[in-house]
Amino acid sequence: MSTTASVSQREILFDVQNLNVGFATLDGHKPVVHNFNLRLHKGETVAIVGESGSGKTVATRALLGLAGDNALVDAEVLRYREQSLLTVKPREWKALRGAQIGYVLQDALVSLDPLQPVRREIGEALEAHLDLDRNQRQQSILELLTRVGVPQPEVRQDQYPGELSGGLRQRALIATALAQNPPVIIADEPTTALDVLVQNQVLQVLRALIKDGTSLILISHDLSVVASLADVILVMKDGRVVESGATEQVLHHPQHPYTKALIRAIPGAHTRGRRLSEAPSTLESRRDDIAASASSTRIGEVLLEARSLQKMFKAPDGQPIYAIRNASLQLKKGEVLGIVGQSGSGKSTVARILLGLTAADSGAVLYQGIEWLKRNHQDRRLVRGKIAMVHQDPYSSFDPRWTVARILNDVLSLYGGGKKTQRQDVLRLLHTVGLNQQHADAYPIHLSGGQRQRVAIARALAVNPEVLVLDEAVSALDVSIQAQILDLLIDLREQYDLSIIFVSHDLGVIHHIADRVLVMKDGEIVEEGLAQEIFSTPRHAYTQELIAALPRLEHTAFRRAA
Amino acid sequence: MATPLLDGHSGLVLGATQKPSSWRLLREARRLPLLVWLSAAVIFFTAWASIAPGTLARHSPLETDLLNTLGPLSADHWLGTDEIGRDLYSRLVFGARESFLIGILAMIIAIVLAVPLGFLASLPPPFARAAVDRIIEILLSFPTLLVALLFVTILGQSPFNVAVAVGIGAAPGYARLVRGQSLLVRSSAYVEAAIALGHTRARVLFQHIIPNSIRPLIPVTGLGIGKAIVWSSSLSYLGLGVKPPSSEWGALLAAGKVQLLEAPSLIVIPGTAVVLVALSFSTLFSYIQARSEGAKT
Repeated sequence: MSTTASVSQREILFDVQNLNVGFATLDGHKPVVHNFNLRLHKGETVAIVGESGSGKTVATRALLGLAGDNALVDAEVLRYREQSLLTVKPREWKALRGAQIGYVLQDALVSLDPLQPVRREIGEALEAHLDLDRNQRQQSILELLTRVGVPQPEVRQDQYPGELSGGLRQRALIATALAQNPPVIIADEPTTALDVLVQNQVLQVLRALIKDGTSLILISHDLSVVASLADVILVMKDGRVVESGATEQVLHHPQHPYTKALIRAIPGAHTRGRRLSEAPSTLESRRDDIAASASSTRIGEVLLEARSLQKMFKAPDGQPIYAIRNASLQLKKGEVLGIVGQSGSGKSTVARILLGLTAADSGAVLYQGIEWLKRNHQDRRLVRGKIAMVHQDPYSSFDPRWTVARILNDVLSLYGGGKKTQRQDVLRLLHTVGLNQQHADAYPIHLSGGQRQRVAIARALAVNPEVLVLDEAVSALDVSIQAQILDLLIDLREQYDLSIIFVSHDLGVIHHIADRVLVMKDGEIVEEGLAQEIFSTPRHAYTQELIAALPRLEHTAFRRAA
Repeated sequence: MATPLLDGHSGLVLGATQKPSSWRLLREARRLPLLVWLSAAVIFFTAWASIAPGTLARHSPLETDLLNTLGPLSADHWLGTDEIGRDLYSRLVFGARESFLIGILAMIIAIVLAVPLGFLASLPPPFARAAVDRIIEILLSFPTLLVALLFVTILGQSPFNVAVAVGIGAAPGYARLVRGQSLLVRSSAYVEAAIALGHTRARVLFQHIIPNSIRPLIPVTGLGIGKAIVWSSSLSYLGLGVKPPSSEWGALLAAGKVQLLEAPSLIVIPGTAVVLVALSFSTLFSYIQARSEGAKT
């Protein structure tokens, strides 16, 4: 990698100084981005990192003239090459967007037109500016798809977004941004919501672009994702850039406390047994090494067991598809069992069968040695209170008509307790998960993602469970919020003596929290063992692949040097 | 009205804190959107006209004035006069009661029929579901008006029977809506969560599935009230609705059609009244529904 000195001699593509963006609302002017500075040199990659709501998307949309109709954009300097973007007319933007600046929108799953085959989507992007005949265009489409690493482009180009996996959709979206070969690409959260393997593939595509000389502005909430690509990192919080500098500088010598918190929040091998967030523990007598000691001493007898579970679905053409094939597992008292795998590996189905929400075709689930799913609805209810669940998307797991207090009351009333004490119980529960009285009468719609997940955890705790099953419970959260929730879980496990099944596609999270790990692939458990063993000496090729794909901060310097 | 929250793990700011007291409701009423105010006003005046039409109108709805037929809007006749010189404004006011009752009653009948039918169609056993589904589809394949015609012919002509007939005619469409919503709610994560928490089936059904399945009906029934009035006017047009001396709005619309070219106001004005009432119910119901979920409008 070239040094900063040589970079500064290159052409400046984007020059932004003191950019302010605000929105006109009914309550007056609402500033969102303050004094944003950015300089993008040719061939350089700048990453903007921050949690949701930090203004990173708004700031970059202003660079594209897409801040919105009610947005007020002003800046000392806002230039693309020699052209000031402050005075660009709507018509002139067309010449810039696509041809000069490619934009990869945030959500690949909804950013492609579901009624158009990929070929048309990319063809449209080509058509807007380039004058190509039919054959040339066809040729370009295939080249673009090949360039972003879509296998079998001849077949894929005729498919609709709904027929493509998340990773392929993201790559198709990048292909549309690349269509006119712009010198700059802005990619907003290009790997969020993707599995680690797929994420790695998308990062490879971006890496290839950088190699070809494209300049990149990357937006992400996850430092570890951008670390291996970026030359410069800007850290944003509450609409301000709190730290900026060369990647090595920011990662290894962070100055601002928020940057330090972000780095600290990334879960993985090095974080086992320590807290990820700076939030105070909800436990009064908490020691930092408590998780490490708990995992080795507390584990007791088998609490929940699954024996040779099998679940099959029929594809539309009648072909059987195995969601789960001969899966057996044991959860011991006091342990955290991580189930890891890509989407479609059957890990969520296993969790649902354990909870009795999906019936297995064959096999048995035993709770404390009793086969509980073969019983009728009434008898099952006795066990229900022992196994509680936290969904991936907490918002959809709440009745939209209910306030937080009613959601919790609903469960409390189920497991005894007089009416009088209920309000106190609700407040006590909220306190346990780090919320307070003010949240009790709010509707879930007004809560943030992290707060909703806390309410979901409070609800699960309200039944006073022995086992907590978390299905991708932190996957939709920002790294910084995820850190708080993971810390909370470790606290609660200690406080309530919980056994936890933690389903996730994120190996870092699993490595951080799990004592024992199951690796699933195509409905089968391919590897099982203690977390340390699995991560240090993976035996199965698939596990090795997963671990190799994991973005890691400590590897950054090494990878970049290579 | 909750204000947006600040994220974070501590020190949170929240608007919705206490249960609304009546004083609080009054204070909040001042912040209601203008449209909701207007809707409430329209419904209030229609209701007033239904209860005590004499206090709002100066003329009798039946008083004819053959020297002033199809008269223009004037100080004496605010909305003009009809083909035999009856005051249109007074007719509108005196017709409100029947129209209002036909609209509301027809909707109540439609909902009472549609909700159980829709739920039956969403029941788990496939044969039951298929059977009720087919029945709804057969009913849907008849135009609402045709079904209403059939029933009004069987039951006889009276405002009540018109309401029953229109209600029966409208029911299959709403049943379909309830069915779809019920299937959606059944497979929702919050129903799953309730089951996983160990609630009884009955409780899940009454606490979650039924209220949430009926929810989308609320704004739709607002519009339905207006539609019912229009259908009753179609019946009047065919001579099967509320009988002529009555100034039920549907009857006014039907009568106005005859004078469409000479005096379009005879059809435009009652038509506007129907649409206003329908939109007002719809707006108000949507608002109430949104508020009950804590959503901002």
